[in-house]
Amino acid sequence: MINMKVNLAGVELKNPVMEASGTFGSGAEYSEFVDLNQLGAVVTKGVASVPWPGNPTPRIAETWGGMLNAIGLQNPGIDMFVKRDIPFLKQFDTKIIVNVCGRTEEDYIQVVERLGDEPVDLLEINISCPNVKEGGIAFGQDPKAVEAITKACKSHAKQPVIMKLSPNVTDITVMAKAAEAGGADVISLINTITGMKIDVNRRTFALANKTGGLSGPAIKPVAVRMVYQAAQAVRIPIIGMGGIQTGEDALEFILAGASAVAVGTANFHNPYATAEVVQGIRDYMEKNQIQDINSLVGAVK
Amino acid sequence: MAKIKETAAILSQEQLAEGIYSMWIHTEAIASQAAPGQFIDVYTRDGAKLLPRPISLCEIDEGGGRLRIVYRVAGEGTREFSQYPAGGRIDILGPLGNGFPLEEAAGKRVLLIGGGIGIPPMLETARRLEGDKTIILGYRDSQMFLWEEFQALGTVFTATEDGSAGVKGNVLDAIRQEDIQGDLILACGPTPMLRGVKQYAAEHNIGCLISLEERMACGIGACLACVCQSKAIDGHSQVKNKRICKDGPVFWAEEVEL
Repeated sequence: MINMKVNLAGVELKNPVMEASGTFGSGAEYSEFVDLNQLGAVVTKGVASVPWPGNPTPRIAETWGGMLNAIGLQNPGIDMFVKRDIPFLKQFDTKIIVNVCGRTEEDYIQVVERLGDEPVDLLEINISCPNVKEGGIAFGQDPKAVEAITKACKSHAKQPVIMKLSPNVTDITVMAKAAEAGGADVISLINTITGMKIDVNRRTFALANKTGGLSGPAIKPVAVRMVYQAAQAVRIPIIGMGGIQTGEDALEFILAGASAVAVGTANFHNPYATAEVVQGIRDYMEKNQIQDINSLVGAVK
Repeated sequence: MAKIKETAAILSQEQLAEGIYSMWIHTEAIASQAAPGQFIDVYTRDGAKLLPRPISLCEIDEGGGRLRIVYRVAGEGTREFSQYPAGGRIDILGPLGNGFPLEEAAGKRVLLIGGGIGIPPMLETARRLEGDKTIILGYRDSQMFLWEEFQALGTVFTATEDGSAGVKGNVLDAIRQEDIQGDLILACGPTPMLRGVKQYAAEHNIGCLISLEERMACGIGACLACVCQSKAIDGHSQVKNKRICKDGPVFWAEEVEL
């Protein structure tokens, strides 16, 4: 009997696979393709205290082996989210992770407090979105700010807190340690890498926002490296992500030190990607006679 | 209605004009549910190209389990599709989005307007529409793909930008010059054309349904890439944004800002 259960800050996931925030809405659309009961957790798109309209279009551009996005955290606000999206997700036997975004510390705290009495398992605090002018990445590139926002969220949160880190920093270990020092229960990485695409025929930026976040298999080696570095630097569990398309991709992150993994951009070209990653990990474990997924976490030193 | 992703057989592939191709695909699961104005996502085989290409349905043969797409080679992804031979395979997801609400046309004199690569979805729409219909097609030049296929479906007026056929100018020039009258417009084409059509409909106080396009990623309403601005706050997004892939691509013109 293979064990795929993993534990994130006292929350037991039936397997280490979730999808990455922002690629999956709140699960409703992809539930036509994937049985959400098969996933370790569902991570919602970032939600703020009030509705956000996001950025102008074009919001996305395809790049070699990846894509740029600058959605700008469009979201319906916490009121609609609590009324519509949480009850939808409660129908499934999976854990609910709510991604929280804000422009100010007060914004984050307001959402964190509001979710305190909701049936939500974990909070993921987004301090790494590269596509909004205030909040987002502004909190994620300065270790003092990371520690402070982590502390603030922790002191108001009833659920364990995941801090989602940006790769757009000189040393990821500094940010990982800052989150740990602020009391983070888990860290997740990487968010997207800031990039740009120029449309040479129109001689303009491919994205209305000029820059966007690069995701997809093109960024996977960067993400694996950062997860490995962070795993050496902190003792709290890590959710690894960045370009995962298959079970083997996910296993790279797990072997590098991630206790769980998230599938993002792959959903767009394969709506079954999350379920296939779960199966891919199981197949690998059977083939290699691995009894417990936890024995693989950080096994490559 | 369920969205289906499958690897389907290509029944035929034909070049209609410079950079314009027509493909018939065997897909009973998608064809049996599809409606005019809907689209499918087409996936490339190149692992470096991650995003599906949204392509509108040109013809739907429900009984025969076939779909036809007529598409323009706009980049390397669509170039790859254009090189698939008959008998080959193609990865598709559909049917996606909402088609034209044809029931709105009952008892009305309908103007079907297509511009450029917005012409293909109007073919099945014209075929399904009963009653009085006038078709106005706008082309760049004399490479008038699908033009003959519209002839049996209604009265056809043509505009070409270079004046090589029909009225010189755009579809609105044709409507004004030929004094074409109607009570409802169904249109698909480039945004500047749709902007003009929307304004024309507002001036003449007639209903107007338009099909929009935008860069898309997921195609099913999850990623919020392909939004358009809406006049009122949208129930799903709670802001003045609608998802073209899921809430559209067909909208009432007065619902959206162009």
